[in-house]
Amino acid sequence: MAGWLFVISLVVALVAAYRPFGDYLYRAITSTRNLRGEKLIYRLVGVDANAEQTWGVYARSVLAFSAVSILFLYLFLRVQNKLWLALGVPQMNTHVSWNTAVSFVTNTNWQAYAGESALGHLVQMAGLAVQNFVSAGVGIAVAVAFIRGFASKGLGNFWVDLTRITLRVLLPICVVATLVFMVAGAVQNLSGGTDVTTLTGATQHITGGPVASQEAIKELGTNGGGFYNVNSAHPFENPTTWTNWLQIFLILLIPFSLPRVFGRMVGQNRQGYAIVAVMAVLAIASVALTIGFELHGGGTVPQAVGSAMEGKEVRFGIPDSATFAAATTLTSTGAVNSFHDSYTPFGGMMPIVNMMLGEVAPGGVGSGLYGLLILATITVFVAGLMVGRTPEYLGKKIGAREMKLASLYFLVTPALVLIGAAAAFATGNNSTALNTGPHGLSEVLYAFTSAANNNGSAFGGITVNTPWWDTALGLAMLLGRFLPLVLVLALAGSLARQKPNPESEGTLPTHQPLFVGMVVGVTVVLVALTFLPALALGPIAEGLS
Amino acid sequence: MTLLAEKPNPTAKSNPSAVRGGLLDPHQLWRSLPDAVRKLDPRTLWRNPVMFIVEVGAVFTTVLSITDPSTLSWTITVWLWLTVVFANLAEAVAEGRGKAQAATLRAAKQDTMARLRDGGLIPAAELKQGDIVVAEAGDIIPGDGDVIDGIASVDESAITGESAPVIRESGGDRSAVTGGTRVLSDRIVIRITQKPGESFVDRMIALVEGANRQKTPNEIALNILLAALTIIFLLSVVTLQPLAIFSKAWQAAAPDTQAINAHGVTGIVLVSLIVCLIPTTIGALLSAIGIAGMDRLVQRNVLAMSGRAVEAAGDVNTLLLDKTGTITLGNRQAAEFVPVNGVSERELADAAQLSSLADETPEGRSIVVLAKNEFGLREREPGLMSDATFVPFTAQTRMSGVDIGGRQIRKGAAAAVLKWARSGSDEVAEIVDRISASGGTPLVVAENDRVLGVIHLKDVVKEGMRARFDEMRRMGIRTVMITGDNPRTAKAIADEAGVDDFLAEATPEDKLAYIRKEQEGGRLVAMTGDGTNDAPALAQADVGVAMNTGTSAAKEAGNMVDLDSDPTKLIEIVEIGKQLLITRGALTTFSITNDIAKYFAIIPAMFAGVYPGLDTLNVMRLHSPGSAILSAVIFNALVIVALIPLALRGVRYTPAGASALLRRNLWIYGLGGVIAPFLGIKLIDLLVQFIPGI
Repeated sequence: MAGWLFVISLVVALVAAYRPFGDYLYRAITSTRNLRGEKLIYRLVGVDANAEQTWGVYARSVLAFSAVSILFLYLFLRVQNKLWLALGVPQMNTHVSWNTAVSFVTNTNWQAYAGESALGHLVQMAGLAVQNFVSAGVGIAVAVAFIRGFASKGLGNFWVDLTRITLRVLLPICVVATLVFMVAGAVQNLSGGTDVTTLTGATQHITGGPVASQEAIKELGTNGGGFYNVNSAHPFENPTTWTNWLQIFLILLIPFSLPRVFGRMVGQNRQGYAIVAVMAVLAIASVALTIGFELHGGGTVPQAVGSAMEGKEVRFGIPDSATFAAATTLTSTGAVNSFHDSYTPFGGMMPIVNMMLGEVAPGGVGSGLYGLLILATITVFVAGLMVGRTPEYLGKKIGAREMKLASLYFLVTPALVLIGAAAAFATGNNSTALNTGPHGLSEVLYAFTSAANNNGSAFGGITVNTPWWDTALGLAMLLGRFLPLVLVLALAGSLARQKPNPESEGTLPTHQPLFVGMVVGVTVVLVALTFLPALALGPIAEGLS
Repeated sequence: MTLLAEKPNPTAKSNPSAVRGGLLDPHQLWRSLPDAVRKLDPRTLWRNPVMFIVEVGAVFTTVLSITDPSTLSWTITVWLWLTVVFANLAEAVAEGRGKAQAATLRAAKQDTMARLRDGGLIPAAELKQGDIVVAEAGDIIPGDGDVIDGIASVDESAITGESAPVIRESGGDRSAVTGGTRVLSDRIVIRITQKPGESFVDRMIALVEGANRQKTPNEIALNILLAALTIIFLLSVVTLQPLAIFSKAWQAAAPDTQAINAHGVTGIVLVSLIVCLIPTTIGALLSAIGIAGMDRLVQRNVLAMSGRAVEAAGDVNTLLLDKTGTITLGNRQAAEFVPVNGVSERELADAAQLSSLADETPEGRSIVVLAKNEFGLREREPGLMSDATFVPFTAQTRMSGVDIGGRQIRKGAAAAVLKWARSGSDEVAEIVDRISASGGTPLVVAENDRVLGVIHLKDVVKEGMRARFDEMRRMGIRTVMITGDNPRTAKAIADEAGVDDFLAEATPEDKLAYIRKEQEGGRLVAMTGDGTNDAPALAQADVGVAMNTGTSAAKEAGNMVDLDSDPTKLIEIVEIGKQLLITRGALTTFSITNDIAKYFAIIPAMFAGVYPGLDTLNVMRLHSPGSAILSAVIFNALVIVALIPLALRGVRYTPAGASALLRRNLWIYGLGGVIAPFLGIKLIDLLVQFIPGI
């Protein structure tokens, strides 16, 4: 009962937020006025705020900004032990530093280290948290540029988009959310920790740190990198059931509201409703299945006790944990409040499938929207042929160039996941997995699915801080973020060049339930066809044994 | 004027699903087999990436079957080769139909000698642009050109298939002649306009043979999607191998099967899985669909100069249609007798009929017919009335009539007749104005100095046109009527016919401007035309259909030629363009959804030996791993053959809005694509399980 209430209240809250929050995002992004602080930043960076960028310039700006970010973060991590607030942590080695730098700049937040023992407060705040903001900003900026490809002639200006999204959207909400988390009991200090003697007489080190502030942007920006190793299962990060609710709400808030921005920018709100409907159908189905598998899952122990409680916090229980697991993998967050490795075989398959969908329901901030719009474009192509016209989406023709870019986009992540997993087995690096057999296979498959899709959550049960894993997953994260991103911007450029075609009775309507159903179908079928053989040897084999 | 114009109009048959296709003769499959085998050459096959992969796979399994022979491996190998052959067969059959047509055309072309005006005799193939040749009764016209002197009747059946002769004369819009046609009477002098080897017939041969067929934009885009899907499935199968080896090693106790051993999944099964998953169905049929689409146009006597034009036809937003001959019957017809001054309607009809007996114009004939139909007034043979003197129409008098005894009857333009009768009244003026306002033409009839009344001549909109335009509107296409009439008349006819817009008093410049304006707004425009002054507009339109009776300039400017010179055919052309795209989309959907069933056949077959639990996925309860994989491969090959007729004919197209079309095709080809292979694979499995060793 409480579980139902938890899920339904989340849905209601997100539905209620869709219009007002979406409109707020829309105004922040499309406003013609620059705030004083923003003007100062433009002057410092040397940007003309009114200059429109071509897709190439936009893409180069994104890549340059990200390259500098990775380099900066890498050096920061390498020297952090010599800096202020280091708390005596050791130097981070080269491969973990590379992995971590790539991970946070790509909005993945895969963590090949344990936060409380490997990082000082300064690098947490000035290194990781900063990237939590700007990597989220980059995702939204690219999505907005893509929408402009449909809606207008120019793609806008990356520096303006990034600045506005960070200052007008992410920062204010995070300030409020941080205060709320502090009220609820999340830690927020610069303490190096306290040693206490427990009731049994043992000594325990109780850590402190700027946790609540990290927590807000971790969820809102669909980042997922926890202050502590156990992430949102830690009571200092996620103290109560209602903070758990709030964390999921923050995860889903921006991704579910961006379709509103899409609808408004293309001048047809119903197009936004269609896209958000696709997201909602997939998300609700996924949450329901995950909860269902965990409540009624197979396995000796779960059936004996009535549910699969292993690896879950008792204060959250099954529905709240399963919902969190689904939300974190349906988006590119990767925060966890329970251990996916301990889920029932099919329950554990759901997070993998969520990520394999390309994280489009609703997906990471920005990346979810552009990922889904790519799938919608592919659907439009097939459906458009079936109505006897050259396919058009929002008046823009989907020709050879558009299909080339959309197809390449669609190829990138599956290729990274499949090649990565196959390489791990071919080279014997799967041996660091805790398990062997189908569950061991799932652990390896999960790791590459998470990295290539920039999710960052871990199935667990696998030792990944070896040079091979750090390098391979780092590459998967890097290519999985920036190849699609460049392809999306190229597609935006190609769409923006086109003169829009007027709509008629003969045009494929892209706002009706039939089209929504078709996008859902295409998404599920394409993913099923791509990954079914691999899944058959992992969770499916385990679940059916 | 040509005799072709009197052909019964094909669109008069009110058939809502206008697009029909040629049927497939089963013998054609057999006859095309040698061509299909020839197309196995990898140098030509690589242009079709999907089938090329299948061929590479077939070569690979052949090698495996030789080194490690088994019934299963050889059977699968044979069916993989058959898959490629079937795909080639689809293309060969589509091309074969064009080839037969090309052979007929070539026969007309051979061994023609051209007689130059200065008396020399040279082979037709050596004619250059600007040469002047003479053709007399019985001669084959040696090349494309314009008649510069004389008039002749010409048999154009060699290219149009229409046996009624047509008139060709110098000057005007009927001056173009086509090489390979035969002069039936008289003598004409022709200036050759073609370059050697680039005659209309040469181009026709190239087109129907598909010799220089280029992929159309949508076809290229679809090929990209298919290539991407192929890469995905290749990746997903190839990367499976390390996972399979790992799984088999973990379950080392599980016995080896035909599908999996310690070295992982066997090569035969891996190739089978790839071939079953990549979109072979649409990959095999794609080029046949394109060729057949052009062929369907040829069957309707329309020649498209490029596949691009056919696709554009499906995308058309605006149709420009000439009023005369397309929307209305060629001529005005008498619709009503309106008497004045207390004259009875019958008396007026009688006088009108008398005055029109010698009037052989269609308008005159229609007055006689109306009088007969309305009042049973029998036609009187002008020759039998010895005392009658007929007064012919002249441009000066603007009236015609008859003098019988003391009766002088005249009919004609209102002003002229009223002046002649030296009378008139407000009543007459009012009727004349009313008829003009309604888009009709008033003819005043007077006897001596008494005005009897007015004949209402009106343009008659062809039967069924209104329904046709409603249909167009549902398809999202605007129809625009082009006419030389004044705006008032044009509006009346436009309202009656149900077109969306009209362009009155249209000059060629107006047409061009209208097309440009539409294109500015992102719309695609189609039009028909025949005169030289239509050429700029035909060239500007996205789909320009030139009438074969028209001038060379018009034929040069358009991207399609209608050999029947039937302007209504534009509507059919649009439907064929749409049908072409729908067929591609539908078969793509079918091809992709087929994969679901194939997974349910192949995945348990591959891995149930390692993880027995996976046999739960064997929902079809197939006999054995070997039979399951073989059945999937056989189904995959047979479905190509089964769909060849559909690819050639095109899917059924009923004009409807986009939502209705999508819903219908999604149900048939999407859901059908999910269900059909479950049934097909199960049926095949019931048979192949009896093969020993499977």
